[in-house]
Order: sequence, then C-alpha cells, then structure tokens
Amino acid sequence: MAFLRRVPFGAAIGLVITVTMVLAAILAPWVAPYPGSQVLGGVWEPASSQYLLGTDNLGRDLLSRLIYGGRTTIFIASMATALAFILGSVLGFTAAVFGGWVDQVMSRLVDLLMSIPTLIFALVILSVLPSTIPILILVMGILDSTRVYRLSRAVAVDINVMDFVEAAKLRGEGRGWIIFREILPNALSPLVAELGLRFIFAVLFLSALSFLGLGVQPPHADWGGMVRENREGIVFGIAAALIPAGAIAALAISVNLVADWVLRRTTDLKGGRGDA
Amino acid sequence: MPDATQTRDSASSTGPLLDIRNLRIEATVYPPDEPPHDITIVEDVSLQLEKGKVLGLIGESGAGKSTIGLSAMAYGRGGVRITGGEVLVNGRDIRQLNPRGLRHLRGREVCYVAQSAAAAFNPAHRLMDQVVEATLKHGLASRAEAEERARELFGKLGLPDPDNIGQRYPHQVSGGQLQRVMTAMALCSEPDLIVFDEPTTALDVTTQIDVLAAIKDAIRDTGVGALYITHDLAVVAQVSDEIMVLRHGKLVEQGETRQIIEQPQEEYTRQLVSVRKIDHEEKSSGGKAILAAKSITAAYGSSTSDVLKEVSLEVRPGETLAVVGESGSGKSTLARVITGLLPPRRGSIEFDGRKLSKGLEGRSRDDLRELQMIYQMADVAMNPRHTVATIIGRPLEFYFGIRGRERDERVAELLDKIEMGEGFADRYPAELSGGQKQRVCIARALAADPKVIICDEVTSALDPLVAHGILDLLLQLQEEKQVSYLFITHDLATVKAIADSIAVMYQGRLVRYGPKSEVLSPPFDDYTQLLLSSVPEMEVGWLEKAISSRRMESAGN
Repeated sequence: MAFLRRVPFGAAIGLVITVTMVLAAILAPWVAPYPGSQVLGGVWEPASSQYLLGTDNLGRDLLSRLIYGGRTTIFIASMATALAFILGSVLGFTAAVFGGWVDQVMSRLVDLLMSIPTLIFALVILSVLPSTIPILILVMGILDSTRVYRLSRAVAVDINVMDFVEAAKLRGEGRGWIIFREILPNALSPLVAELGLRFIFAVLFLSALSFLGLGVQPPHADWGGMVRENREGIVFGIAAALIPAGAIAALAISVNLVADWVLRRTTDLKGGRGDA
Repeated sequence: MPDATQTRDSASSTGPLLDIRNLRIEATVYPPDEPPHDITIVEDVSLQLEKGKVLGLIGESGAGKSTIGLSAMAYGRGGVRITGGEVLVNGRDIRQLNPRGLRHLRGREVCYVAQSAAAAFNPAHRLMDQVVEATLKHGLASRAEAEERARELFGKLGLPDPDNIGQRYPHQVSGGQLQRVMTAMALCSEPDLIVFDEPTTALDVTTQIDVLAAIKDAIRDTGVGALYITHDLAVVAQVSDEIMVLRHGKLVEQGETRQIIEQPQEEYTRQLVSVRKIDHEEKSSGGKAILAAKSITAAYGSSTSDVLKEVSLEVRPGETLAVVGESGSGKSTLARVITGLLPPRRGSIEFDGRKLSKGLEGRSRDDLRELQMIYQMADVAMNPRHTVATIIGRPLEFYFGIRGRERDERVAELLDKIEMGEGFADRYPAELSGGQKQRVCIARALAADPKVIICDEVTSALDPLVAHGILDLLLQLQEEKQVSYLFITHDLATVKAIADSIAVMYQGRLVRYGPKSEVLSPPFDDYTQLLLSSVPEMEVGWLEKAISSRRMESAGN
C-alpha cells in the first residue's frame, strides 16, 4: 500500500492509537473481558493475569470499564464535535456570505453565548435538564459551535472577497454553491486543524462534566467519571485514577497527530497528490 | 579569511567590479509522486561588470535573472543554493566569505533594489531611518552626514520636498516615489554595485519613465556599477550598456545594447525584440452597439468623491474597445459597474438592445451569461481546489445544463480551442503555468458562449512572449466567434496590437475616445500625448527624447 508507506511517523503512531481506541470502543462487548459494571473482585486489586489493569473502587475490572467508558466518551465527544462543526461552519459561512444585518444578528448572538463561561453555562443547563446522552451532545455541540462559528466566519470573510468567488457571483451562482463549493474547500485547512482540537476539548469537557457528577451518570462509565470514582485511591498510592486519565491524554495527542497530518494534506493545492 | 576591507582596497584598482565565473545554482524541489531531487536553476553563467557600467539581465520569469542578481550578494532566496563557480566582487570570491564577511559586503559594497518597494519597506518606520540604516550599521558615516547625503539623493532622484520626505512613512508616498526612495537607500552607503530587480515593473508607464530617468541619472552621477534585471527589453535598452539574454538559466546571447536591439543573433532574442508587433487591422463595422454605457457616474460606498464621472462608451459586435489609463483612472471601476458589481450612482447600461439592471441581483441568467469577465490575476480568479474540468465545465452545467459525458466532451473541445491538451482536464490551477492559467480563464469565459468579454488587464501579469500568445488567442477567438472585448489595460503596446477603438481615461473621466486610428493620430490632448510618449520603445536613446518632449507631469499614482 503506497498510501500507508507515505504516512509520516508521528501520524502513523497517532493513527494506530486512535484506530485501536475507536475499534475497541465499537467492539466493546466482544473485546472487553468482563461486563463493564459488574462487581467482580476486591476493591483496587493490583494488576494480575485475571484483571489486566486491576480493579476499581468497587471491584469492577478496570480494563473492561475503560473499554466501555471509551465507547461513551468517544461517541458523545464525536457527536458533539460533529454537531458543533456542522452548525458552526454552516452558520459562519452564511454570515460571511450574506454580510450586513444577517451577519450582525448572528455574530452578536454568538457573542452573547460566548460571554458566559462554557463550563458554568453547561452546569446550569444540566442541573435543570436530565443528563441523558442526547442532551449532553446537544449542550456540548451548541456551546462548541460558537467557537467554530467565529473561526469559519473569519476564514470565509477572507475567501469571500477573492476573485474566484466574485467570478462565481458574476456567473449567477446561488449561495449554496458559493458556500459549499467555493468557500468550504478552501476553508477546510483551518477547520480540520480546529476539528482535532475541538474533539479533544469535547473529550475533556465531557470528562470535566462527569468528574463534577453532571455528565454521564453511573453505573455507565466514561473516562472522566472513572477518574472521579478512583481519585481517592491516589492518596493510598493506587494508580487506578491515572489509567483513564492517561487514556484521555493518549487520545488527545493521537487525534491531534492525525489532524496535523490531514491538515498538511488538505493544504496541498495539488489535490493531495504531492508528498507533503 | 582575509580581512574584507583590506582586500577591497587592494583589489578595487584592478580587474572588474563584479566577475561571475561559471556560476551554477541549484535548488531542491519536491514534485508530486517523485522523491525530492535537485534541479539546476542557473547553469554555467559567466559575466563581468566594470565600475560605472550597467549590465541588463533579461528573460522570462524562471529564466534565473533574479537568482543571478542575488548571487552577487551571495544570497539564495527560498532554499536556493550556489553550488558551483566563483562570484568575485572587487576581486575576492564572496562564496568563501563567512557570515560576518557577508554582512560587510551586503549593504556596503553591494546593494539591492527590490521589485515591490511597497512590500520591501517596513511600514512602521520612517523612510529616513530605513534609508540611512545600512550606512549607519556599517559605520560609514555619522547620522547627520548620512541624512544629509540621503536628502541630496532624494533631490537628485526628483522626489518632491527632498528635505522633509524622509520624515514620512512608506504609506504616505506613492508607489513611484517609494521606488525612488528605495534607490536612494541603495545609493546612500555609496556601494560599488547595485542590483536592480525589476524596479519599474509594478509601476504605471507614466511613472515608470520618471523612475527610469531618475535611476539612470543617479547611476551616471555616482559612477556605481549596476545589474539591471527586467523582462522588458525596451526598458533595459534605455539604461544599460550591455545586455545579457537568459533563458532557462542559461545564457542565450550577450552583447552591447545597440547590437542586441538592432542585430540580435539568436532566434530567441529576435522573438523578444519583435514581440510587440502583432498586426491587427482596425475593424469599423459601424453597426449597432452591443454594449453601451451611458453617462456613468459611480463612487464606492457612501463616499461623495466620484471615481467615474459621466463616462459614456460603446462596444460594437465583434470588435474590441480598449480602455487605457494609469492606475487610479477608474478603468477597473468601469468594469465593476458594467458587470453589476458596483451599481452606478447615475447613468445606465444597455446591452444587446435591452437595459441592464444596475445591480447584480436584478440581472437575468442570460444577462450574466452573455457578459463574461476575465481577470488580471488568473491564479486567484480560479478556485484553487477545483480541477480545470470543473472550472471550465461549471458554466456549461450552470447555463446550459450540460452534464456527464457531453460536458467532458465540450470541456475537451474548449481545451483544444485554447491550445491545451485534454490531459489538463484533471489538473489543479497550482499545476499550471501563468499563461496556461490565463488560458483556462479564457476557456471558462468562452464556455458561457458570451457576446461580450471584459478583459481586465489580462496580460499584465504575464511575460511578454506568453502575453503575446494570449493576445493572439483572443484575436483568433474573436474571428471565430464574433465576440466583443472590452479590454482594460495600461499597456499601450497591447492596445495598439488588438484594439479597434480606444477610450483614454484620466482621473475618472473619458479624455479621448474614438476609433484606434483617430485616437492614435495627432493632434493629441496633453494626457494622451503623455501616455503615448511614455511607452518605452525599443530604441537606444528613447528615454531622453521622451523626457524632453513631455508636456505634462504624470499624476504620480
């Protein structure tokens, strides 16, 4: 496979870790040695051949829980990111192309949303609404879309004044073509870079919410919630809390390694045919 | 390493000022689908320059002119490496110098004048500080002395208010003035050699002539040696003693200026010399106008100063109307008004017997289709992420609903018309040369089957030979399709080559308008005379003649 041979080393590592985590999450029922929320042994047992990463604060198998937790974490984070990007970029491009009062109204609304600290805003909403998965996705997605909106609007405003967009307007093209065929392909590079970052922020945000008890509700696991459950172990020198924390870090870094590489490919103006 | 100053003094009395022997310059490229490899940019070029002489380097873009020019400062731009040969300045090989030695050389013995002075000046510092910087850094004079000298140079270069212009910032002076300030900057440290890298290319003809004259006088008065890099043979003929013609990094021909202009030996040089000569018979059908602008007055935004004032003109079917004038004269604004991008304040536009809506929104799809536009900068006029097939095919889909196989066939036909093969269909704009890009833009306009094409400076970003090809193509297409052109340009040579009628614009007004033969024959008004006399001619001594016969100063934009 010529394609795989060209992947740079850093991106390859990132790709392997990301793919492994995603696969493990998807195939959780087959991969995990035990069910995620079943109490099996003693509290905080050390790693053994029976429990590869030991057990957690209630005696559940940590590895299984990590795999099931990854499922929740990755699913919610990617859905929220997707929502944020679709919403943010479409609205951002629209604001840039329409300009005038449309842009003003939308941008000021976004400013309004952004003026409230995200975490506090989310905490307020989630303390009123039940913390179900769809609501979590919706809240995270909408809050994150404000950042994407700002970025895509800024990028699109620059592209919107280029001669080729003017040429398309002179041709009589509709706004749909201008947004999706003229501007979007050229705005992809910064958006992809942002995508990697935003996904990680979503993972961290979800972890933070779960850590504070407003995210994924027990007995379901997610990585942030697992850190919370096991945090007291650190006092006794038990590393159980560090393992999900490490998983969050590993995912964050690998996704960004991949995003960087994709970014370089999309920046290439020769259709990604070049090496770079 | 020998002490730089010592060698300089001992060598300056003997031998040439600049002696380049068998220069070889390479760079590493990273082409698609291939491992990176080295290419040779300049191969086996030798030249000698005596003190006080000017050598012109001429060739198309990519010929290695600037690369050779910069090698006189032992500088390689963007990863370019000097890999062979010797570069002797004042008798010592500067390739052997260490960074400290090079700092002694640059800005003191060799200075550089860049093409775009606007981009080369630091906008945050006053002009004077930048002009005297090299002199002070090298400790050649005290600040007072350096500033005195700078003011003297400002005067010599014909800058207005030489005593105070140094206190201004770069954005407060015009492009032509900035280019002269840059020349003053190069001259200020009293170097032995100046490298002029296309110093007038970005300027209007009427401004170019002033800058050329200023540079020529300054060179004569200070006795500095100069390398003058340009792609315009007519320009270089005015200032240089010798000319060196380059192509693909190799020497084509070298000789006295007069010999190169009057008796070129090589085929390529002959092409360069004859490039402006396109024979075009003036057509005058006298038919009904297809496009008529009637007393157009327009301004940008809510500003009260009109950019266009009462402009009326007509384009007849199958003919070319050229709109000429210097930058700021309102040519491009006129194009924007006609296309509907800028609704005029007053006046109307009639097209093919019907009145066009002022704004873009009110125009029907056919109005848009029949009036196409080709831009100056082909590379930003095409979406860099669309393939050539998409770019040319989109108007076919959009206006005629042609899709799939039929579309591909039509695209191939159009590619054939613009003398490009079918293999180009799936290329991206970044994979095309400048001339090819402009051809694709022409094909895109043609795909709409228009009646009028507005050409906004379509050749001014191209090399003369490539531009010649584009003009030829446009004329040929006009013959075939009977399409009319509204041709906006500041280059009178182009106008002479392709126009049927001419409109001369100055400060937003139409100053002269009529059939080509009438406009280009006396008696002239002052501005047309200035414009006509400013177009460099391929003739030694033209500059002095032109300067002495001028009746008015240029607007200096």
